[in-house]
Amino acid sequence: MSAQAGPHPVADPHAFDHAHDQSHGHDHGHGHESSHHGSFRDYLIGFGLSVVLTAIPFWIVMDNVFRDPKVAAIVLLLFAVVQIVVHMVYFLHMNTKSEGGWTVLALIFTAILVVIALTGSLWIMHHLDTNMMPDMTPHQARHMP
Amino acid sequence: MATHTGTAVDETGAPTFHTADEHVHAGDSTMLGFWIYLMSDSLIFAVLFATFGVLGRNYAAGPGPADLFDLRLIALNTAMLLLSSITYGLAMLEVERRRMGLTLFWLGVTGLFGLAFLSIELYEFAHLIHEGATPQRSAFLSAFFTLVGTHGLHVTFGITWLVTLMFQLPRHGFIPENHRRLMCLGMFWHFLDVIWIGVFTYVYLMGVLLK
Repeated sequence: MSAQAGPHPVADPHAFDHAHDQSHGHDHGHGHESSHHGSFRDYLIGFGLSVVLTAIPFWIVMDNVFRDPKVAAIVLLLFAVVQIVVHMVYFLHMNTKSEGGWTVLALIFTAILVVIALTGSLWIMHHLDTNMMPDMTPHQARHMP
Repeated sequence: MATHTGTAVDETGAPTFHTADEHVHAGDSTMLGFWIYLMSDSLIFAVLFATFGVLGRNYAAGPGPADLFDLRLIALNTAMLLLSSITYGLAMLEVERRRMGLTLFWLGVTGLFGLAFLSIELYEFAHLIHEGATPQRSAFLSAFFTLVGTHGLHVTFGITWLVTLMFQLPRHGFIPENHRRLMCLGMFWHFLDVIWIGVFTYVYLMGVLLK
């Protein structure tokens, strides 16, 4: 129950000395800060994947690869989600351990809010749109001056 | 009671508490705090994306995405931002090796890619406004300029921050404070690239696709 019960997260006395040590190179001694650093290999993999995951969606739209635009739109969204994950892992160095799991918790919370804001707005406004003007098709309503 | 460390019972029977000194976290929590800032920033973008999703098809008999957007230009723009992300990563690797010259070189390259991105975006905006596709023209264009313009403003602030660090770094060297600043800017810079994935997919590609 007391504050001294468990080992303190920054009890490592070297943690601060290392940060000042200019010649120390890679190792900073900050247990959880090292998780923010990527290697050259990480950046290269992330860059390669990003190029592919960007080029394919542009190719899909510019060359009209899919006959049905709705199918193409779903494929585009999937590519975007995969690329966002690639950026998170290889450029932002996300993992479940950094900062004791708080970064990933904040990310999950934000993702839930983003999904609610996006799908909620689109869902409600779509229904309003289709119910507001009974005499018009949504297409006509959109092109009203 | 006696098993509690730091708690004692005096003669009157009332427990007395001794507080343990909290370690000073010396910037340790900055990265988490900055991450939470980025998460709140993505909520701003989520709202702007939702606005664009709702209004993005209301052209008011004006031009639509297929009439306005040049996807080759957007592909070039995307390449600039992606290249700036990898060069920032290369700069951070040189920071770890404590090589000042190469760090500044890669930061400079990152800034130039960022400037190229901004120039292309401003060229696109100027072109749209010249054609009469101003933010006032339709709900679609209002939402478009707000969303893409907010991202562009973020890139502008990122470049300003980058130039500031390029002066602070040679002046003070690889001190922990500069290291922390570079880490935060790196997160900010990669985060802007993540937002841009949403922009080019949802605004440009899907705009042109779903006419």
